[in-house]
Amino acid sequence: MSTPRRRRTETLPYVIGYGLSLLLTSIAFGLVWQHVLSGHTALFAVLGLGLAQILVHFRCFLHIDLRRNSLPDLQLLLFSSMIIALMVSGTLVVLINLHSRMMGP
Amino acid sequence: MTGPTITGFLLGSLSWGALPFVRAWREPNISEIIGAGAGSIVVIGAVVTIALITWLQAWEYLWTQWFTSLDHKKIGIMYIVIALVMLSRALIEAVLIRSQQAAAINGPGFVEPGHFAQLFSTHGSIMIFFMAMPFLTGMVNYVVPLQIGARDMAFPYLNSVGLWLTAGGSGLMMASLVVGEFSTGGWSGYPPYTELNFSGGPGPDYWIWAITLASIGSTTAGINIACTIYKFRAPGMTFLRMPLFCWTAVCTAILMIFAMPPLTVATALLAADRYLGTHFFTDDLGGNMMNYVNLFWLFGHPEVYIVVLPSFGVYSEVVSAFSSKELYGYKSLVIATMAIGVLSFTVWLHHFFTMGQSADINAVFGIATMAIAIPTGVKIYDWIFTMFRGEVRFTPPMVLSLAFMVTFVLGGFTGVILATPPLNYMVHNTLFVVAHFHNMLIPGTLYGLLAGYMYWFPKAFGFRLNERLGWISAGCWITGFYLAFFPLYVLGASGMARRTHEVFDPAFRPWLYVALFGAFVLFTALVTLFVQLFVSIRDRHANMVAVGDPWDARGLEWSVAAPPPEWNFAVIPQVESRDAFYWRKRNREAYKPVDHYQDIELPKPSACGVIVGLSAAACGFGLVWRIWWLVALFGAVVVATVIIRSFLRDVTRTIPAAEVEAFDRRWLAQAHYAKPVSRQREMSRRNEGLAEWTA
Repeated sequence: MSTPRRRRTETLPYVIGYGLSLLLTSIAFGLVWQHVLSGHTALFAVLGLGLAQILVHFRCFLHIDLRRNSLPDLQLLLFSSMIIALMVSGTLVVLINLHSRMMGP
Repeated sequence: MTGPTITGFLLGSLSWGALPFVRAWREPNISEIIGAGAGSIVVIGAVVTIALITWLQAWEYLWTQWFTSLDHKKIGIMYIVIALVMLSRALIEAVLIRSQQAAAINGPGFVEPGHFAQLFSTHGSIMIFFMAMPFLTGMVNYVVPLQIGARDMAFPYLNSVGLWLTAGGSGLMMASLVVGEFSTGGWSGYPPYTELNFSGGPGPDYWIWAITLASIGSTTAGINIACTIYKFRAPGMTFLRMPLFCWTAVCTAILMIFAMPPLTVATALLAADRYLGTHFFTDDLGGNMMNYVNLFWLFGHPEVYIVVLPSFGVYSEVVSAFSSKELYGYKSLVIATMAIGVLSFTVWLHHFFTMGQSADINAVFGIATMAIAIPTGVKIYDWIFTMFRGEVRFTPPMVLSLAFMVTFVLGGFTGVILATPPLNYMVHNTLFVVAHFHNMLIPGTLYGLLAGYMYWFPKAFGFRLNERLGWISAGCWITGFYLAFFPLYVLGASGMARRTHEVFDPAFRPWLYVALFGAFVLFTALVTLFVQLFVSIRDRHANMVAVGDPWDARGLEWSVAAPPPEWNFAVIPQVESRDAFYWRKRNREAYKPVDHYQDIELPKPSACGVIVGLSAAACGFGLVWRIWWLVALFGAVVVATVIIRSFLRDVTRTIPAAEVEAFDRRWLAQAHYAKPVSRQREMSRRNEGLAEWTA
């Protein structure tokens, strides 16, 4: 049975998540578009905003938190992070090494 | 508008010359005639199939009962049908490749270089993306829900979409035989060769879009399988009570989820280079093709384990069932599976040791590669100890499993050789590498999938496959493999480059002839496989195993009728231990009626999956030939279908309790009247699917 009140509490996180995601995305685009920041600052600002948005998605859309009953989900997240860290760090090591050996002075 | 612009608008870059028949007419040489022959096989095959279905008036049946079905069992079977069709094509191409090399010693042979390059490119792409992947996805689809005590996959509609995307991709592969040509850049499609500068034709585009459809399909399948195993296990089915096939399935699913995106990104960026004029992987204007190589193998190595792990799961089931013994070292097998899953993300660089990174980095990845041999070795020992003092029966699946153990270990040794970077430099890009990976993938994937096909076939269709033809087929797969690929080790170590169109050293001749003979034996194996299917269907009434447990096996999938009802289980089983059904039989609790039957809710059939998959394929065809109206039209159809489907609310139907009860009671009566069969007689006609057991 979905009473209007219950529907409201169920929908609320999605609305909040949608709003926050929209906000974070438009800030990221705005920073670059309007030339507010440039170079490395812009890069890391966009990266930070992206990470923040990942957290918003986890919290609001996937309902992952630190409570005990969502522990398996958290484990999956940690596993995913490990695999992504392996892939990204490995790629960086390999390509930076290739760069220094082939594009060097 | 003038004439040319109208046809240009309607047909993009398509022209008469795209048809192999026209090319063969203009330049009638053997190479073009082979191309035209292959194209006509596709056309005739399609026409005959359509005519046959029409003649049998089976369209409605196929559409309502199969194509639109969201039943995980039917989707699984359709996946495997695609895999078998594509296996046939790719195996014939392999025979052609070997024939050309055997014929081209100090001569041009009979296939032109460009055509030869298409042959090895399609062979590789098909065997990985359209044979191994659909085969294993289909098998997981069929078996896993039954093994974990679920009624369907977590997302039945997504399942259908994945199937039809794969089917659409296969359709594009087939279309490339009839319209235009395929890529000549190998299955890995390395730029800059596959960039517009060097491959201007439609070939790489076919490759890009066929692979993209298949990899999106596989990503969805991975998500679906993982969710099903995480969320849909029957009460009491804890992770450590799951059959080992489920463990390998969940590990494969996780690998799919993480490994497919790098491939999709790589092909998408390559497409951007070819269509939008970007420079991600070009050799000028800041492009860097090494990025592609890195991305491709970030996918490519986990992919090896995606295709190998499900077979490991099959072997675990088969060896245990046909030795009448509990799987030895269950926990060590689980740990080994997960260890392989993680390690598979740490070794991708061994596919490009020679790209120019420092020796230290090569050493790190070489050692990581060798480390994978450890969990794999654990598994081999576990299977051997499972057989130890068991009641081993040499059924065809068991023969394939035994052949796997020996052959795979040999391939593993050559893998350790290749994992040593200095040795890898010596045999880089030679047939040694080809011999090695076929030595891993044929036993490690194909034997396992075939063993699984023969093992679960009676469950899926209710009758056993003909064992004699099964042995012949298995024997041919095994001897064919050794004959076809062990000569390649010699040739590779002697320096024969892979993908060679012409050979100039007569000393290679005997080895190439042996390899060609092996290819013919493998082709015989394939033919025998189809003959086995035909003969088994013809003799099905004598080999019925309707009660559903022909091998005295252990998992829950054997605890239901064969073929299982659409709802799988009359009531969701309660699981108390590993090998749940085996212990239920031993405790005399199997084949008991249920106290109270209930209505069962199942997903309604849906045409959306078919529409999405086939429209995506049409969209891909438009992209290949730059027919923009086709792209826009079918791209819109895909998006619209996905959105419209998400608004449908009435997507389930209810099976009344009475129907469930009627089916269940009929089956229980069959089980009651069936004569139990002993293990010595399980391959005889006495096998009705009820196992004789002693407590």
